[in-house]
Amino acid sequence: MALKTTEVEAKGGPSRHRSLGLSDEQALKIYEVMRLARAVDERMWLINRQGRAPFVISCQGQEGAQVGTAATLRPGYDWVAPYYRDAGVVLWFGMTARDQMLSFFARREDPNSGGRQMPGHFGSRKLHIVTGGSPVATQLLHAAGVALASKQRKEDAVTAVYFGEGSTSQGDTHEAMNFAAIHKLAVVFVCENNGYAISVPQSSQMAIANVADRAAGYGFPGVVVDGNDVLACYEVARRAVERARRGEGPTLIEVKTYRFTAHSSDDDDKRYRKAEEVAIWRQKDPILRYAGYLRDAGTLTDQREADITDRVTVQVDEATEYAEQAPDPTPDDLTTFVYKQELPS
Amino acid sequence: MAVKTVIEAIREGMDEEMARDESVFLIGEDVGNRGGVFLATDGLYKKYGALRVIDSPLAESCIVGVAIGAAVNGMRPIAEIQFADFIAPAMNQIIEEAARFCYRTAGDFNLPMVIRAPWGGGVHGALYHSQSIEATFGHIPGLKVVVPGTPADAKGLLKAAVRDPDPVLYLEHKRTYRLVKGDVPTGDHVVPIGKADVKREGKDLTLIAYGLMLTYCLEAAETLAAEGVSAEVLDLRTIKPIDQAAIVATAKKTGKVLVVHEDNRFAGIAAEVMAIIMENAFDTLDAPVMRLTGPDVPAMPFNQVLEEAFMPNVDKILAKARELAAY
Repeated sequence: MALKTTEVEAKGGPSRHRSLGLSDEQALKIYEVMRLARAVDERMWLINRQGRAPFVISCQGQEGAQVGTAATLRPGYDWVAPYYRDAGVVLWFGMTARDQMLSFFARREDPNSGGRQMPGHFGSRKLHIVTGGSPVATQLLHAAGVALASKQRKEDAVTAVYFGEGSTSQGDTHEAMNFAAIHKLAVVFVCENNGYAISVPQSSQMAIANVADRAAGYGFPGVVVDGNDVLACYEVARRAVERARRGEGPTLIEVKTYRFTAHSSDDDDKRYRKAEEVAIWRQKDPILRYAGYLRDAGTLTDQREADITDRVTVQVDEATEYAEQAPDPTPDDLTTFVYKQELPS
Repeated sequence: MAVKTVIEAIREGMDEEMARDESVFLIGEDVGNRGGVFLATDGLYKKYGALRVIDSPLAESCIVGVAIGAAVNGMRPIAEIQFADFIAPAMNQIIEEAARFCYRTAGDFNLPMVIRAPWGGGVHGALYHSQSIEATFGHIPGLKVVVPGTPADAKGLLKAAVRDPDPVLYLEHKRTYRLVKGDVPTGDHVVPIGKADVKREGKDLTLIAYGLMLTYCLEAAETLAAEGVSAEVLDLRTIKPIDQAAIVATAKKTGKVLVVHEDNRFAGIAAEVMAIIMENAFDTLDAPVMRLTGPDVPAMPFNQVLEEAFMPNVDKILAKARELAAY
């Protein structure tokens, strides 16, 4: 077992996806989900800035890391415990643009929470997406518990858990990695390192360059990967998922990436990072980069791009229209589901 | 029927639930080979194996967080916090996560899980092995909190907690473990969560208690009877959801109520019980509702004089009850 952090370099070549075992169709599906995640997100900002919805929190810039890793899992069989930026992960796992918009407008029909939680707090029992709250890093322990249950029942389901690099400062991160290592649980830890925890840069968060280096301290592999290279993310995640499914234990994947937007619609990122820095990273946009690759590979044609754009636009338009007009919860909804079994009044 | 101690009843309850349902498992510090520091899980590791009786790392947030995840994925964990005093590192997982899963998903998720925690004083446990935590957690919607005081209730509520679809904090008073013995019905004995129990009928006044204080109140009631005062003793058994009907009924019946607990006084369970009575039985009262509680100091000191000064006991209950009877 290689305990040293491995730097996975982006490898060129026009048939990279095929050498990873991805058909053209699968490669395009990954692209389409990335595009959909971005489009839903952009629409939310637009609506927020028009004053039609109070809050948005973004996935922009991290879609490659999210979809590239999630695409190695079996939706509905494997589990994910996402964090609040993981629109790309949950869309891959079967959530729809409509579900996201219902959450964004906090409607009664919002399948995540019935309009109770802020946007980005995903959850669906049916889709095997563990509900998340706002305290960070708690979900790492939930993922370990989900994986423990799989092991107890002798099932080979894999649980992937997502978190930012800021979350790695929390004790729950340590406790979860330690527990998953002891029991060789089928957990894939995916740290989406976007360089900032709201305003705090990585250099104030930790004294090391790579979060993945910590994996050695728990006794499992840590891998650093370019999070804006979706196929590189896919490659390392697939290896981690296969290892987990074989019962060999967890892996920590650190995807180095960047968020294009402020932390949320209530944040002003000009207070802590330069516009030039953002501009540099926008040049590395994982969607543009992947589109370029797919074009070079002959997989993405003008016609296919146009079809994808049409489908994405239709979904976002339909989702927005539906969700904006969908009914709010009623005041009576305030007191339901405190318990699964309602208490006698 | 067989006479058992509280700790035997708890162990038997867990054993029977584990035998009945393969999804039930234990996780906690020293619960495995050691059988728990109080031997609550004695023999279960040998019987059910390492996958169902898991010695956790020494990390309470881990114990509860892992239990939450396992409950998400179809299991029914019984998580043990070795002493209630050490539950604080797990409070984020209990309050912000476990208690909110059902509400924050509008019922899509629920967590059938039990958190067991030995609590209470009178065992020379000092500040960090004597605490009462029922008021702290009783304040949290989404949690259920049970506080059995007898072997039969300990077993019956343990079984109910395991079968409940929501997270249940199961508080077992350390001092009662081997002190309190009693008949435990054979067979599948389940005590419903949320139901108080009149442990002794009376007509002149009511003592309301739970945990160790139940035993002390029953003892006090004997003495009061010899003095010509007929005391009813109501065992709350469940803190959340509290049995409002039983509290109101006994208040209306006797017109005089003394609430006893060893937890701190301020915003304690007694305050809630008194409010329930004021809202629902004010017209029928013959005296102000009284309370006898632990003091508002951070926790119970090690020194025996100080420990005794902290703890309510039979003599203190008698003094307060006589005051109430004479009102």
